[in-house]
Order: sequence, then C-alpha cells, then structure tokens
Amino acid sequence: MSDVVEVSFTVNGVARSVSVEPRKTLADVLREDLGLTGTHLGCEHGVCGACTVLVNGSSARSCLMLGVQAHGAEITTIEGLSVDGELNTLQQAMWESHGFQCGFCTPGFLMQITALLAEEPNPTEAQVREVLSGNLCRCTGYQTIVEGALRAAASARSATATVRGSDLAPKEPA
Amino acid sequence: MKLPPFAYFAPSTLEETLALLREHGDESKLLAGGQSLVPLLALRLARPSVLVDLGHVAGLDHLAAGEGSVTIGAMVTERRAERSEVVGAQLPLLAEAMPLIGHQAIRNRGTVGGSIAHADPSAELPAVAVALEAEMVAESAQRGRRTIPAESFFQGFFTTALEPDEVLVELRLPAGESRTGVAFEEAARRHGDFAMVGAAVVLRVESDRIADARIALAGVADTPLRRPEAERALRGEEVTAEAFEDAATAAARDLSPPSDLHGTAAYRRHLARVLVRRALVRAAQRLGVSP
Repeated sequence: MSDVVEVSFTVNGVARSVSVEPRKTLADVLREDLGLTGTHLGCEHGVCGACTVLVNGSSARSCLMLGVQAHGAEITTIEGLSVDGELNTLQQAMWESHGFQCGFCTPGFLMQITALLAEEPNPTEAQVREVLSGNLCRCTGYQTIVEGALRAAASARSATATVRGSDLAPKEPA
Repeated sequence: MKLPPFAYFAPSTLEETLALLREHGDESKLLAGGQSLVPLLALRLARPSVLVDLGHVAGLDHLAAGEGSVTIGAMVTERRAERSEVVGAQLPLLAEAMPLIGHQAIRNRGTVGGSIAHADPSAELPAVAVALEAEMVAESAQRGRRTIPAESFFQGFFTTALEPDEVLVELRLPAGESRTGVAFEEAARRHGDFAMVGAAVVLRVESDRIADARIALAGVADTPLRRPEAERALRGEEVTAEAFEDAATAAARDLSPPSDLHGTAAYRRHLARVLVRRALVRAAQRLGVSP
C-alpha cells in the first residue's frame, strides 16, 4: 500500500526526480520532498487557493493534485518568480501596492495572477476580480491585491514600450 | 489533511484501464482531474483501496463536431471546453454554464467526464447534460460500449448508471438547433461555490409560438431534475411574460429541495421559480422575441 513511486518533473526550470507515496499531494511533495515551502497550505481541500502553482503554465491547486499526477509536467512555484534574486514585475507591483499583510495567501495569489497576465496581459479590473475569486485573503479586503495585479500589467506594458523604444534608438558606436 | 493510502495505477490505454477495473472494480475509483475526488479522499468521505489514474490514457481527450452533435472526450478539461470554439458555436448552453464551475484553477484540472461521472446534483454539467438530452458513452471489458441517455444516467446523490467496471468514455451533446435559445442561471452564496439552485433552459420558438421547451434544475433533488409539467405548459404558447411566469411556477411546484446552512427548502423553491423565469426570458431574448 505504501509503495513509493518514482516521479520526474521540472520545477522552476530544474529537472527533479522524487520517490513519493502516491497519496502524497503535489503541495506536500513540493514542500517536504523538495523543500519549496513557499507554496502554502491553507484549507487542504481546494477552497482557499493558497497552494496555487502553475502546471504546464496553467494555474492548479497543488493540494488537489497528487504528486504522481505531475509526472512529466512543468511546475512553477512562487520560488520561480524572482529573477536573479530580484523581485519580478508582479512581485514589485504587489509590494508597491501593499498587496499583502500577513502574506500567507500571497504565493497563491501571485501564481494565479501570473497565469492571468500570461494569458491576458491587459486585463480589466473585472477580469482580475473574476480570476482571483478562487483565492481567499483574510487580511487585505482584496482592494490592494487587485490594484497590484493591475499595476503589474501596466508596468509590464511600459517596460515593453521602453524596450521597443530603445530598439529604435541609434546604436552607440562600438 | 492527508489522503488515506491506496494502490495507484497509471495505465496508458483504455484496454489496460478496463482490465484494471475488471480486476478491482468495486474497491477502485477512477481519478480524472481529481478536483472532487481528492477532497473526498482528504475528508475521508471516499476510501477506495485502488486508484486508477486516467491522466495518461490515450484517446479520451477528443472534442469534435459531428453530424448534429458534438462529442467531448471524458478527459477534456473544463477549461478547454470553456475556451473551445466548437463549444462556443454549437453548444451555447454548455458555454454559458462552464465559467460558473468552481474557479479557473479548478477548471484547469477538472474534466467534463469527471463532473458527469461524479454526479453532484448541485453541479452545472449534469443539469446541462439533462437539458440537452445528451448521451453518455461507457465502456467495459466484458460488455463493450453502450450509450446511456442523460435521463437515465443520473440515479441519485453521486450515483450514476455506470457499473464499477465501466469507464465513461465520451459525451455526445446535440448541437444547437436553429430558432433555439438557451440560458443557464444560478444562485450561489459566493462566486464559484456550488449553486444553491441552477436552471438550464432550452427554448425553441417558431412563428412566434413556443414549439418546444426543456427545463432542468440543479440543486433541488438528488439528481438534476427535468420539469416536464412546466415544459408542457409552455408548448404552443405565445412568448409572453405570463406564460413564462406560469411555467416558472409549475417548475417550482412540488419540489422538495434539501435544507442546509446555505438555504432552506422554501428559499430553494423560491430560487427555482425566479431562476427558471429569468432563464426563459433570456433564452427568448436571444431569439429576438423578448416577452
């Protein structure tokens, strides 16, 4: 019954293999077997959204998925967002908007917003609220989280504009 | 909450799956997207000793329009169906109900077949299947394939016509007919929650009279429920607010919905009447024949 199964997948771009009991959820595999404790567990039965990660780019609740189901998948967790130790655009925007207080729900929100912005880089406030309806926060009242998501979208747009602008600038002589 | 232990199989073909079910049938559970089964395991409401994962089984994720119907493989995710152009064009009732299921992260993993086979009487997809008179295709090792009409598929709380050795392979949903308007209405305590009551309506209007109507309710009984009396009341009528009000009243009459902390039986009966009326009005508006 407690036979372990070999599971291989990619986590934040790194190939990983673990031997796990089939009954172990992906959340527990990430936290206990891989030490990635940034993924938080609130309700552990699919209600609160705190454990949201990306599976092949789509948001999923890691407490509603067995580790063995992730075999062959590409997983992204909150630890995969920062770039070279620097906050990414979304993390920076959430910080500027004071988008979290106790921070427990934050990883789940950030992963769900990441999925939204990948699909819809220019979301309306209504779209942000719709997509975030599956994530619970008991501190903020949500206003600053929604604001952070919209700010991230806006700053990603202006960054794109800057890059495009610099492409047009005359190259400095070598 | 940690899941109880079970033996895990991840077959890659339908044949292997059917052989596993033949061997373990009664003590096994099929794992589709796991969005209902995993919480049931966590809460110890289900304790199968064997779990057969359909996630790697080939040939269960097709979605295609055929002659007069759309076939959806059991393992097509709810999110894929939600975003499918075929569903948007040919199954407007399904397209409308889809975004009401749980939340995006749930629909990314949850499957159409999983929701149908789970048969939660409050869920959207079973009510849509009943309203559209869908057919479920099931297969077993010993008896091969059979087709089960939605009307006889749902038999009770979380109980279907599927035998322990059977796999739900696909759904066949009649595609949208001309002069037919549809609408799905529901009331839930919070966005994404299971509906207290849901109403699915299919309305066909010819020469300004109602030629046919189908009404199915979720959340009011141990299965999704057709309302034949209300449907009969509409046939042959002109599209008027009174006709819709009378049909809505008939749809809610004699209901014995459950009472729980989300809503009393009386409140659910009230919701059934209001939601059926709203759905009828919206279905008619889509045909440009507002009452």
